[in-house]
Amino acid sequence: MSEPKPAPAARRISPPAVSVETEKFWQAAAAGKLLYGFCLACHEPHYYPRSFCPFCFSERVEWREASGNATVYSYSIMYRSQTGPYTIAYVTLAEGPRVMTNLVDCDFKKIRIDAAAKLVWKPSEGGPPVPFFTLAP
Amino acid sequence: MSIKGKAYVMGAFEHPTREAPDKSTPQLHAECMRGALADAGLKKDDIDGYFCAGDAPGFGAMSMADYLGLRNLRHMDSTETGGSSYLLHVGHAAEAIAAGKCSVALITLAGKPLTENRGGPGGGRGGPPRGFGTAPEAAFEMPYGGTTHNQYAMCATRHMHEFGTTSEQLAWIKVAASHHAQHNPHALLREVVTVEDVLASPMIATPLHRMDCCVITDGGGALLVTSPEVARQLKRPLVKVIGAGEAPKGTYGGKVDLTYSGAVWSGPKAFAEAGIKPSDIKYASIYDSFTITVLMQIEDLGFCEKGQGGKFVADGNLISGVGKLPFNTDGGGLCNNHPTNRGGITKVIEAVRQLRGEAHPKVQVKNCDLAIAHGTGGSLGTRHGAATVIMERE
Repeated sequence: MSEPKPAPAARRISPPAVSVETEKFWQAAAAGKLLYGFCLACHEPHYYPRSFCPFCFSERVEWREASGNATVYSYSIMYRSQTGPYTIAYVTLAEGPRVMTNLVDCDFKKIRIDAAAKLVWKPSEGGPPVPFFTLAP
Repeated sequence: MSIKGKAYVMGAFEHPTREAPDKSTPQLHAECMRGALADAGLKKDDIDGYFCAGDAPGFGAMSMADYLGLRNLRHMDSTETGGSSYLLHVGHAAEAIAAGKCSVALITLAGKPLTENRGGPGGGRGGPPRGFGTAPEAAFEMPYGGTTHNQYAMCATRHMHEFGTTSEQLAWIKVAASHHAQHNPHALLREVVTVEDVLASPMIATPLHRMDCCVITDGGGALLVTSPEVARQLKRPLVKVIGAGEAPKGTYGGKVDLTYSGAVWSGPKAFAEAGIKPSDIKYASIYDSFTITVLMQIEDLGFCEKGQGGKFVADGNLISGVGKLPFNTDGGGLCNNHPTNRGGITKVIEAVRQLRGEAHPKVQVKNCDLAIAHGTGGSLGTRHGAATVIMERE
């Protein structure tokens, strides 16, 4: 009988590189708010956030706060990991943009495309908290 | 052909800033682009060619093209020769325009070494870091443990959801590659495998098993492309380039669609230039970083309808001498090799062997006069560069 494997160390979340263009996003993250970009010229939301609209190139963009509600667009449970399985995903925010994330704190076997997900925050190593999602109850 | 008189410099902009602690480097590129567009009286979506060098954050032209929202690109060039890069780019842009590869080429340069050398909020000590970590998307992707495996795997998950594609169908791609690799004495993996073998191999990133993934090998390759005059002086079969297409695909400000690749743009351009259609192709080298890569590219190049790739690749349809579309007869990345984790050059090499009639006799396609080589570089699940080359035996 083989020895039980020790529990893998928790996956380290590297601190996101904060730039002057995205400083507000990460300040809001520290306050638990997920922001996305919204264009006042063409009314398109976008993510990851920029100082201009990636669709019409207008600079009339503003920050808006996402509700934190989303649905799973696609996912993959990663087993090739020294820190145990984790799940990468794209979720579609209720506001429109699809964002890359991990689905955390849930039974990976229950993940399905179109499942409801909600925002949770996880600390990064020495940087601002990072937005993650979990399956909504 | 000469570039003399074939291109004009119609927009030029010098950024007025000399110290920009309040701007990111990508943002400066965007502002330079805005300035040049205004100067020329052109719009963002007029741009169909993009050139940048080592100062552009991220991975070649791909991160910046995605960041800038350049949706109509059909030509890219990341030639890096230090400070002279942008002069080369002008020449290359003129060549591309003369060849009809683009009509409005954007060249950008921007950076902020002054701020970065000072440290603090707008900078950082020790000069600008290079590579993925500086890409505008990095902060919004790197924390999530994205790798080629799990990003390509998300494409497979979505493809299965939308089109009913199965793991068994994906496995047939590996099976076909292994049938070819058994005849290649240099192949890393020469054992013929079955669909059951693929499904029984360890799960790497759902739904991709280990045998859905390409091998990791050392190695390399080289090509010589010559003028017709030189070619005719050489004593080798004439393999003529008759069409080429390229395109980036990105995440488009959150309008992510994982069901297709950049081949939907590079393929038709190459076929149109060659004046042929997919059904004319006798042999196909299709980038096989993963089985799902092959399946999506086959659909996107027009060998079958979107969503029908699973049915198309099943039952040995990619095996030379058995199926309708013999592919990767060297064993491909799935069995033969994947030098430097970049399989593009080996795709061209095996297509050349087929066109010369120099592939292994067990896998040589009869009367092989038209071949395609197609690749996806970067990540199918985020942003990638698609490139298609069509060649003909003269």
